[in-house]
Amino acid sequence: MNFFRRQVPLLITLITGIVFAAQYYVPHPASEQMLTSVTKWLQIIGGFALVLGVSSLFHVHAVKIRRKEVGWGYSFVLYVGMLGTIAVGLWSNGKEAIDGTMTAFGWVYNFMMVPLQGTMFAILAFFIASAAYRSFRARSREAAVLLIAAVIVMMGRVPLGEYLIPISGDLSQWILNVLNASVRRAILIGVSLGTVALSIKIIFGMERSYLGGGKE
Amino acid sequence: MLKTSASFVLGSSKSSTYPRGYASGFDSPVALLDSRFEHPVLWKASVFLLVAVLSQSWLPVFAQTAETKKALSPPQDVRVFDTPSDGGGSLTVLWAPASDDSAAVKYQILLSEGPTPPDPAAMKVVAEFPANQRYVRESKWPWWTRPTTGDQHQFALRNGKGVELKNGTTYFVTVAKVSGDNRALATPVQATPEPNWINWNQMNNLLLALLFGGIVFYAIGTARKREIFLRRIPGLDAVDEAIGRATELGKPILYMTGAHDMSDPSTIAAAVILGRVAKRAAAYGTDLLVPHREPITMAVCQEITKQAYLEAGKPDLYKDDSNFFITSDQFSYTAAVDGIMLRKKPAANFFMGHYFAEALLLTETGASTGAIQIAGTDADHQLPFFVTTCDYTLIGEELYAASAYLSREPVQVGTLRGQDIGKALILGVLGIGTILATLGVMLDAQWPHIFLDVFKDVK
Repeated sequence: MNFFRRQVPLLITLITGIVFAAQYYVPHPASEQMLTSVTKWLQIIGGFALVLGVSSLFHVHAVKIRRKEVGWGYSFVLYVGMLGTIAVGLWSNGKEAIDGTMTAFGWVYNFMMVPLQGTMFAILAFFIASAAYRSFRARSREAAVLLIAAVIVMMGRVPLGEYLIPISGDLSQWILNVLNASVRRAILIGVSLGTVALSIKIIFGMERSYLGGGKE
Repeated sequence: MLKTSASFVLGSSKSSTYPRGYASGFDSPVALLDSRFEHPVLWKASVFLLVAVLSQSWLPVFAQTAETKKALSPPQDVRVFDTPSDGGGSLTVLWAPASDDSAAVKYQILLSEGPTPPDPAAMKVVAEFPANQRYVRESKWPWWTRPTTGDQHQFALRNGKGVELKNGTTYFVTVAKVSGDNRALATPVQATPEPNWINWNQMNNLLLALLFGGIVFYAIGTARKREIFLRRIPGLDAVDEAIGRATELGKPILYMTGAHDMSDPSTIAAAVILGRVAKRAAAYGTDLLVPHREPITMAVCQEITKQAYLEAGKPDLYKDDSNFFITSDQFSYTAAVDGIMLRKKPAANFFMGHYFAEALLLTETGASTGAIQIAGTDADHQLPFFVTTCDYTLIGEELYAASAYLSREPVQVGTLRGQDIGKALILGVLGIGTILATLGVMLDAQWPHIFLDVFKDVK
């Protein structure tokens, strides 16, 4: 049993890891075809996995409603929303519009989902302001540097700021192109090496915790 | 100076028809001019001057014509072959540069399908460009795959824009030199495009990857023999503190694995760290909440969490729904997690993995609830938001180092040392490369490319 739970997955990981690392160096159409096929497999498996996700969602919220836990009303709204959307989706054959006329499914998407998503995204502006306020209070040397850099960049990016302090445009570009870009590249080099090291550990079975089921 | 006026000279013709010879009563022009000018040497000097001036003004025209005629020799040393290290559907044409290559003269690439040599005049023109462009030195070939010297002309024929090259089909290709209406054609050359099995241009990449892999294995071997020093990572030291605080307050721990699926290394790293966090949460008997955006990640994390509770000796505390799926939609997920933060008020929030615009929406809400927050991400564009709103942030590679730091296993620690050696090598290459590239520009030399090409990403 342990063979199928541990050895087989590790063997599959080793073989596929080496094959797909080598695939990067093989330009032949057969190699591209193999990658495309595997990507399609992943999409198909992802589709099946959605069943897992949805069943988990139903289960968690059904328990909340049954136990009348705090906020169980939200779980009820979720059930109504999800079942309602599935119903109108089936009724509209999954189409948002038929012959130019918006279906009920299209209405739910365009007049409920899109505005709600827009609202969530719009909150970001206020959160940026509140986060900036807390961070830019010059309580330490680092925060003071952050504050000065932020003020220069803000002035340089806004037409009025550049009009008031003409040098702020060039200074802002220098901060972004030299200081910011070099630090970002340094982070990316570290991330890339970390990714390669993690991949080596996974391919050669040195990192197994993602499989669950013990170290044996 | 003149004995008579010019009008007299012009009107002295005795016939309305132009004379065909001097025998019918006309004097020769020389005799006529001699008779009109007081000093014959004067008109001769004037004519000489006129001829000299005219010849000066027409000389460039004659010279250009001569040059053009000279330049229109056909392109020399034309070579056509299957483009190496590619997926097929491409031919490469090489030919020698001419001394008179300039923007005024153009080169044409002509193509014809079929096994028999075609009439060059009937071949299809597939590309035209000024003669002072398209050199081998401008191509991306590194020195170990460059087919000829950098001063040669090069053109790659590829599928698209009116060209369709089928693998295994024979084509004839030639180069024409064009100036105005004149065109000189080289002899057509036969070639067949084929797909290749190895991209030799990327061999440097493979060698560097193997070198880095070797360094990692060497470092693991060293770590097994003796203890390796690990620098302190405050964000990971704070993991115990955060779990302890949640235990004291009797509140849950919220752990997120990011926006990507299990194919992303940052998600794998987040899942690995979840195992360590879950083990300590189990040991302390603290509730763990792991909301997911991706069902496969959820299934993997369920297994990891279950194993962590088993290893902690608290399998009875494990709850199957501690890992739960919310939605794969970005802002719906964010709204749901924000709701969990506001209702359940977790004492510790962990944001590991890759994040997008939802990063600040999540962390700012978490900060407003007073939770201790630890983030770890390789998303450089979201790092400022995490740094400003979280108590501790694992920056970039620290996310991948977390597993080693928390476990202290020799294999993990050795990998970390391997990464550090790799970084030291890259730092050295950056320094040496900068010096060599500067020298190359200053001395107009090509030899620095022997070093620089090795570290270049050639696709």
